[in-house]
Amino acid sequence: MAIRERLSGNEAVATAMKQINPDTVAAYPITPSTEVPQYFSNFVANGDVKTEFIAVESEHSAMSACIGASAAGGRVMSATSSQGLAYMFEMLYVAAGLRLPITLICGNRALSAPLNIHNDHSDSMGVRDAGFIQLYCENNQEAYDNTIMAVKIAEKANLPVMVCYDGFITSHSVENIMLLETEEVQKFVGERKPTQYLLDDERNISMGPMDLQKYYFEHRKQLADAMRGAKTIIEEVSEEFYKLTGRKYELFENYKMDDADLGIVVLNSTAGTAKDAVDELRRNGIKAGLIKPRTFRPLPYKEIPEKLKNLKALAILDKCDSVNGYAAPLFTELTSAMYSSGLTVPTVDYIYGLGGVDVKVDDIIQIYKKLNEIAKTGNVEKTTYYLGMEN
Amino acid sequence: MAYSLKESVAKEARFVSGHRMCAGCGAPPAIRNVLNALKEEDNAVISCATGCLEVSSCIYPYTSWNKVSFIHTAFECAAATLSGAEKTYYNLKKAGKIKKTTKFIAIGGDGGTLDIGLQSLSGAMERGHDITYVCYDNGAYMNTGTQRSSSTPHFADTTTSPAGKVSPGKAQKRKDLTEIMVKHNIPYVAQTALFGNLQDIYTKSEKAIYTEGPTFLAVFSPCPRG
Ligand SMILES: Cc1ncc(C[n+]2csc(CCOP(=O)(O)OP(=O)(O)O)c2C)c(N)n1
Ligand code: SF4
Ligand SMILES: [Mg+2]
Repeated sequence: MAIRERLSGNEAVATAMKQINPDTVAAYPITPSTEVPQYFSNFVANGDVKTEFIAVESEHSAMSACIGASAAGGRVMSATSSQGLAYMFEMLYVAAGLRLPITLICGNRALSAPLNIHNDHSDSMGVRDAGFIQLYCENNQEAYDNTIMAVKIAEKANLPVMVCYDGFITSHSVENIMLLETEEVQKFVGERKPTQYLLDDERNISMGPMDLQKYYFEHRKQLADAMRGAKTIIEEVSEEFYKLTGRKYELFENYKMDDADLGIVVLNSTAGTAKDAVDELRRNGIKAGLIKPRTFRPLPYKEIPEKLKNLKALAILDKCDSVNGYAAPLFTELTSAMYSSGLTVPTVDYIYGLGGVDVKVDDIIQIYKKLNEIAKTGNVEKTTYYLGMEN
Repeated sequence: MAYSLKESVAKEARFVSGHRMCAGCGAPPAIRNVLNALKEEDNAVISCATGCLEVSSCIYPYTSWNKVSFIHTAFECAAATLSGAEKTYYNLKKAGKIKKTTKFIAIGGDGGTLDIGLQSLSGAMERGHDITYVCYDNGAYMNTGTQRSSSTPHFADTTTSPAGKVSPGKAQKRKDLTEIMVKHNIPYVAQTALFGNLQDIYTKSEKAIYTEGPTFLAVFSPCPRG
């Protein structure tokens, strides 16, 4: 039976972790995800979980310990943000390259310098090519649900999974959410059954070898194939979750797109704000729509363009920047995907909310207004805008 | 067990030939002798830092690691990697998924231990994991071409502390890691060398591996190339 609760995003995720009851958690404090290991250490201290908690001395060691634990055959989780994720960079590639299921919670936060503890997506976008599946969450319910699904997805795909939600906006805001019973979660995630693991005392293995050129390319191709194949796995696990909870998750959410003229693509909590903007515009007869990707890795490179093809203008919103003299990652990747699908909708990039700058319904409406102008002429004079910093 | 050369050489080696380390390298016999102290019935997980030993002992699809499980992740985190495996052991054992006693041994060169891996090592020792960290110390970064490490002796001529017209070689003195390990208040710290006294490396390894809690063993190991 479902349980109604009022929890912050971090509490919801920590609760999911308690219900999952992993073998090992290794984590290091950093705002705004710190509360996750804090709540979790309380569960350990009170005997609510069987988990071995490793209070490591750095995030590099957190991910290294997760790798060692997952390679050993355990179910493993961690949480971090910002500088912590950046510090893990080297080991994220190792985790994915060794094809290890690990669930990493990422409370999205800006990267230094200048130092800023508030939300944007520079951290998870900065590691987008590490080989982690990335699931983005709009609110506390999605953070809770995706954490539970992540474990199963990771173990089926033999890939690590990052669950990303907005620092403070989601991590610290309290919302009403529906929890599953612990037994239901246990049943859903089942038991990890590794086929090859360090602690198998029937059969010794060597992991993490040096690969000479040909084997290296082969192994990296296998990793790429696993990421491609992960789409189906995510869909299957989400379908199973839907049957259990009635909450439907797809590769991306499609909000009033079917007849839309003007569209926005946006990740995480801003999608909630943007939905209000869409509703307001629709009340005024403007056919606005929205797409909220849930999986950025794997990228729904065919599925999203398919939904964009009838638009007259499109804005892709990035809560981070590539500092490449051009545009930011969600824009460059999706426009490239659109090009591959033969789609030429006039499209602009809006970089917004860096370092946690508040984005309100009105700000989003301004973007749709810009799209309205673009739709009339079909002309894109400028590709990249910095929301609120210019007209 | 009292040391017996005859019995120790009769044990099946846990590190076997076929690796690609240079002829005359000290590391392979050093590691073979350390692992020789494992009880034959025990399993072991070896976590090895990037360096000469790692790149030459596990080249896909071959491995020189025998009757132990081996993992290499990166250069600076052999201790942290192993700490994750060690903690996971308890839950898998409790759940009845594994039966054997498993020992946990991290191995790093002097660079991977005294320099870039010092934080990871110190963290793992401080947390009290039941692991043994073995540093095979050849006095420089040999794998990348004999650059100085903090274990390189004073005045040594290395590729990044070359002796020249105005410099006599490495200006600094050697870092004493063994002493730093002692200050971690761990149950056992030792140092040894491979040559001349096989009993010493065997008994120290045995004590390190079978003392409960974090233990540290430095093995000086010559590099004929460096
Ligand atoms: C983060 C990182 N920095 C640098 C390197 C390059 N690197 C690989 S092995 C090595 C030196 C290893 O020296 P040591 O630990 O003393 O082992 P040895 O090769 O001498 O046995 C270096 C610098 C690396 N692999 N990773
Ligand atoms: S370079 Fe030195 S340490 Fe490396 S394998 Fe050769 S002899 Fe051994
Ligand atoms: Mg060395």
